[in-house]
Amino acid sequence: MEATLAIFNKEFKSFFYSPIAYLILAFFTVLTGLFFYLNLSGFVEASMMEMMRAQQYRMAPRPMNVNLMLIRPYFWNIALIALFTLPAITMRLYSEEKRLGTVELLYTVPITPTQIISGKFLAGLALFIVMLIPTMIFHAFLFLYGEPEFMPILSGYIGLILLGSAFIAVGLFISTTTENQIIAAIGGLAVSLILWLIGWGASYVGPTLAPVLEYVSIITHYEDFSQGIIDTGHLIYYILFTFTGLYFALKMIESVKWRA
Amino acid sequence: MIEVEGLTRYYGAKKAISDVTFQVKKGEILGLLGPNAAGKTTTMRILTCFMPPTSGKATVGGYDIFENSIDVRRITGYLPENPPLYMDMTTRDYLEFVARIKETPKDKLISEVDSVVEKAAIGDVQNRIIGKLSKGYKQRVGLAQSLLNNPQIVILDEPTVGLDPKQIIEIRDLIRNLKGDHTVILSSHILPEIEQTCERVVIINQGKVVAQDTPEELTRKLKGGEKVILQIEGSSEDIKKALKGIKGIDKMDIEKVKQGVSKIIIESDKDLRKDLAQKVVNSGLGLLELTVDKFTLEDIFLELTTKEEEVA
Repeated sequence: MEATLAIFNKEFKSFFYSPIAYLILAFFTVLTGLFFYLNLSGFVEASMMEMMRAQQYRMAPRPMNVNLMLIRPYFWNIALIALFTLPAITMRLYSEEKRLGTVELLYTVPITPTQIISGKFLAGLALFIVMLIPTMIFHAFLFLYGEPEFMPILSGYIGLILLGSAFIAVGLFISTTTENQIIAAIGGLAVSLILWLIGWGASYVGPTLAPVLEYVSIITHYEDFSQGIIDTGHLIYYILFTFTGLYFALKMIESVKWRA
Repeated sequence: MIEVEGLTRYYGAKKAISDVTFQVKKGEILGLLGPNAAGKTTTMRILTCFMPPTSGKATVGGYDIFENSIDVRRITGYLPENPPLYMDMTTRDYLEFVARIKETPKDKLISEVDSVVEKAAIGDVQNRIIGKLSKGYKQRVGLAQSLLNNPQIVILDEPTVGLDPKQIIEIRDLIRNLKGDHTVILSSHILPEIEQTCERVVIINQGKVVAQDTPEELTRKLKGGEKVILQIEGSSEDIKKALKGIKGIDKMDIEKVKQGVSKIIIESDKDLRKDLAQKVVNSGLGLLELTVDKFTLEDIFLELTTKEEEVA
């Protein structure tokens, strides 16, 4: 535990030693902010239209659901931005150790590969949660001016964190395979993107394969969370997915170590 | 303290080390000497549990490197050839991190780091970013790292490579100071370094142990053992008969150079040149050449390590 914590600490701090973390934070905040503004503008416009329509027909305006019309699409946008930014976090997580030769330190001190991987994974996840804080502030504004329901927002964040864990686990695995950060970033993005898009393919394949693809796809399980539903099935999917990714990463470093 | 028996390691089809066997006693400084790519790093990496041997056995401090790898790593400090440093951390942060992953108790963390900072004399750079340090300081930070937790065994892979002469002297003094408290294995391809710091030398070439002894013993054997090389005209029986009476010949080799001419190599710890010349001439043989070949450890090292390269 102590060793995992030490690795976590070192990784989390080292994000901020280089400009990468600041860049990612800025990029993520600007983009999520922009999308929030666009979604909000769309929502405001729709409300205005409804007011005008109500005046025209001389009846009370229908209530507008801010959760359904603003928060839900916004969570999808955050997920999409996370898809593109998380590989930049995970790319250096392990490949950097290989490039610097510090694997020789990590493998010759009394810590296990499991401790290394879990420390690094948790550091990546922690940075992702830090990245999500500005979006929480955006949501707070909605509470100032409106009455959105809180629970769907909470479930949305739980979904985002689970989705993020899955992406980070995949990215970390890719990072263990190479000492080149660029390759790790592109590989991580490619695999995440494929796992995202695979669900779309479900509409074009036969009835036997379609449910399989839908199940494997990383994004079909996210839908319920963004709507305020926490389904154990989806929860288990993400946890399983994350553990599978971490397991592969673990096997990767063990195999490199023991390759004869 | 360290027992290595028949270690063999392949990289794919290439044999990196083959049947390496040696022992290190407690408190001893052992030098692994060999040219580049001889298998020094491979041997050290196996002993530090960085990677396993293809076959063979090794125990470090009584623990098997395969069965009790974690225990081995607990009592071993290792400085790889390229010091494993995080370039964007400060020296102090780095050492604290390494101390933590080396299971230093929390309350001893600060004092432990302080003590290695002092040992490696890096106090004035402890708050600087490692990436900005000079090569010499980087090496010392690496060395400091390997001494954390006062390990029983310290394994140093080419600790002085790339340093300037003053830094080399400092690092060597530091290593000599480890004697007694720590068992040290040190690798180098520079002979004087091994002669100065080590009590015993294992010479490795092309993955095989070619000699092991104390530096003094190795040098004595070779330096004391002066070689006289003669070229003599005459049949080998006549030559043998002629040289038989000379006292003090330790070893004699006769090689045929061409028809009627032989090359004789004589090893002895006395100067036999006069006797030899006299005997040869008196027996009516033709003395064509007489040279003396003085050996130092460097020569045997060169000989041991270059001979096979020519073949390959």
